[in-house]
Amino acid sequence: MTPKAAIGGNTRPEVDIRRELYRSMLRTRRVEEAIVDRYAEQEMRCPVHICIGQEAPPTGISAHLQKQDHVYSAHRSHGHYLAKGGDMPAMIAEIYGKSDGCADGKGGSQHLIDLDAGFICSAPILASTISVGVGDAWAARRRGEDRVIVIYFGDGSTEEGAFHEALNFAGVNKLPIIFVCENNLFSVHTLLETRQPENQTVRRLGPPNGMESFDGDGNDVEEVWRLAEHAVNKARNGGGPTLLEFHTYRWMEHCGPLDDTHLGYRSAEELENWKARCPVDTYRDRLIEDGSVDRAWLDAEENTLRKEIEAAFTAAKNSPFPDAEELFRHVYPE
Amino acid sequence: MTREIKYFEALREAQAQCLESDRDVVVMGLGVPGPTGVFGTTKNLVDDYGPDRVLDMPSSENAMTGMLLGASSNGMRPIMVHMRVDFAVLAMEPLVNQAAKWHYMYGGKMRAPLTVRMIIGQGWGQGPQHSQALQAWFAHIPGLKVIMPTTAHDAKGMLISAVRDDAPVISIEHRWLYGISGVVPEEMYETPIGKARVMRPGKDVTIVAASYASLLALRAAEMLADAGIDAEVLDLRTITPLDRESIVASVRKTGRLVVADTGTAEFGISAEIVCAAVEGASESLKSAPHRVGLPSVPTPTSPALSEHFYPRAINIAEAAAATLGAKVQFTEPETGTWHDVPDPSFTGPY
Ligand SMILES: Cc1ncc(C[n+]2csc(CCOP(=O)(O)OP(=O)(O)O)c2C)c(N)n1
Ligand SMILES: [Mg+2]
Repeated sequence: MTPKAAIGGNTRPEVDIRRELYRSMLRTRRVEEAIVDRYAEQEMRCPVHICIGQEAPPTGISAHLQKQDHVYSAHRSHGHYLAKGGDMPAMIAEIYGKSDGCADGKGGSQHLIDLDAGFICSAPILASTISVGVGDAWAARRRGEDRVIVIYFGDGSTEEGAFHEALNFAGVNKLPIIFVCENNLFSVHTLLETRQPENQTVRRLGPPNGMESFDGDGNDVEEVWRLAEHAVNKARNGGGPTLLEFHTYRWMEHCGPLDDTHLGYRSAEELENWKARCPVDTYRDRLIEDGSVDRAWLDAEENTLRKEIEAAFTAAKNSPFPDAEELFRHVYPE
Repeated sequence: MTREIKYFEALREAQAQCLESDRDVVVMGLGVPGPTGVFGTTKNLVDDYGPDRVLDMPSSENAMTGMLLGASSNGMRPIMVHMRVDFAVLAMEPLVNQAAKWHYMYGGKMRAPLTVRMIIGQGWGQGPQHSQALQAWFAHIPGLKVIMPTTAHDAKGMLISAVRDDAPVISIEHRWLYGISGVVPEEMYETPIGKARVMRPGKDVTIVAASYASLLALRAAEMLADAGIDAEVLDLRTITPLDRESIVASVRKTGRLVVADTGTAEFGISAEIVCAAVEGASESLKSAPHRVGLPSVPTPTSPALSEHFYPRAINIAEAAAATLGAKVQFTEPETGTWHDVPDPSFTGPY
């Protein structure tokens, strides 16, 4: 087992990669904010699980992925999709239930897909896609195809039997997979200590299932980037799976666009403390400080993003709704 | 007694009274003691009955169901709650292979007085994995009882009956019933499992329905009345054991049958009801029975598609008119919005 400190030590990515990491996190943040701002218009008529606060893990991981690599996700999937290069306008149109959506409007926010980008699926049944991703890796090995598989899930999903069963099989067969747990402390409104043994990590489940595992600061994109580099390279070179756990925090309510501290399961103070550790803003400050970016660059990025997102929402609103006949298409392959 | 409370409040009251009257009752499920309390149905119960009896759980539907089966066969009377029927799918093994069969398979020596509540989601893009109405699955398994109360009164009385029943009982609740009020006695009472109820007497055509579809059937009956057709609405309340007698009696009277269900029509409970009518009252049937249910496609998420997916009252009225060979133009009031919310005050998400 490689000690965590040995994973790249304190190596930092090159400046152009730092910028790319920042740009990717910022993009996810701004897209999510745009959904939050417009949700009350009641045109996005499906549940949305907003990932604001959790932008760093998919960003740091995707930086090491290639187009042919495959990503699997669960309900909180927007960031995973965008970081892997999923088509953003198609995602927005999907949330609007429109025919230009990435699933023709049939899936909504909970079923994003972009096969060209290697974002294979997302589904809101806990742990359900984990074993599916394992099967993808297994098929790739059998068919001699060169790809690694990334499977994202929350801390809650690790309580399902299917998670443990899938991990075991991946370990036995040394499959090219990076299992990524985004541990945000909550499953809906239920605290971690109600559901899992005290003072334990999800990471601990790696070795007994035959794989290396690490946990890290899920709000530090460079830490994610370093751990992911090790795990992805290992998977690519036939070294088998890795379990990564990232400690992070969800800012918005579990499902929907609002703040939920009034519910009392977490305090406004706790949320503020995590907001002070914002993965996007802290990284921006760091990059300004070390001279990787300057104000002009940041302003230009914001500008470009604003236009891109505005255009995507306009296109989604203008996209036609699917025809009634679409209801009956695709039940079976033709 | 004319106190009116909402369906979700009736469910909460039933659980509170079961907890109060029997030390062996516990309520368990994801979010059960949490701040929103499973759409209000378990809200604050933990304050009165404590975290040992009103419990959250890990996201482990399969093992937790087996666990509660073990508890139920050793003296307890657990109520398990799933926010969606779709999540209970992960618990099919202990329910179908084990709980359903224990009493029979062990020669009557074992009992599994387990109640499993599960909620059907509908609308606001619940989509393919948050909206399934799988009553036919459970009804297909000998040994399970399946209830689908429609009114607030029956929601309370039948849940109490379920908890006291020595067999495993699956209670399937449609989320769109939760906000509907009805007269509910304050005291603890049982509404028997296995008995349908005539919600509206009529002589021209029988509409057998369950759960939210029964409310649609009542609305359809009003439309039919405007057209001079007198429909009888039979609210099943229990899917299994099926009240065949009431179905047969009603069809003998009217000679015509429409079945409305919230699930997929093909291979759904409507098939069994039509069969019950054919087996028990074929000589009375004056025309072929019709059924109204979901088409055989997964639930689409887009409101533009779910609009054509879910049947409405008008579809039931049309089916009833068809059994009479009557040509009637029914119209529904324009709501000016998608039909993907139970009422206009609803602004999503769930
Ligand atoms: C099998 C199953 N059980 C319950 C749910 C309801 N549910 C949806 S999201 C969620 C919380 C999951 O928590 P976690 O995996 O930590 O992800 P997070 O929402 O924190 O990102 C739950 C319980 C579900 N979708 N599937
Ligand atoms: Mg979580």
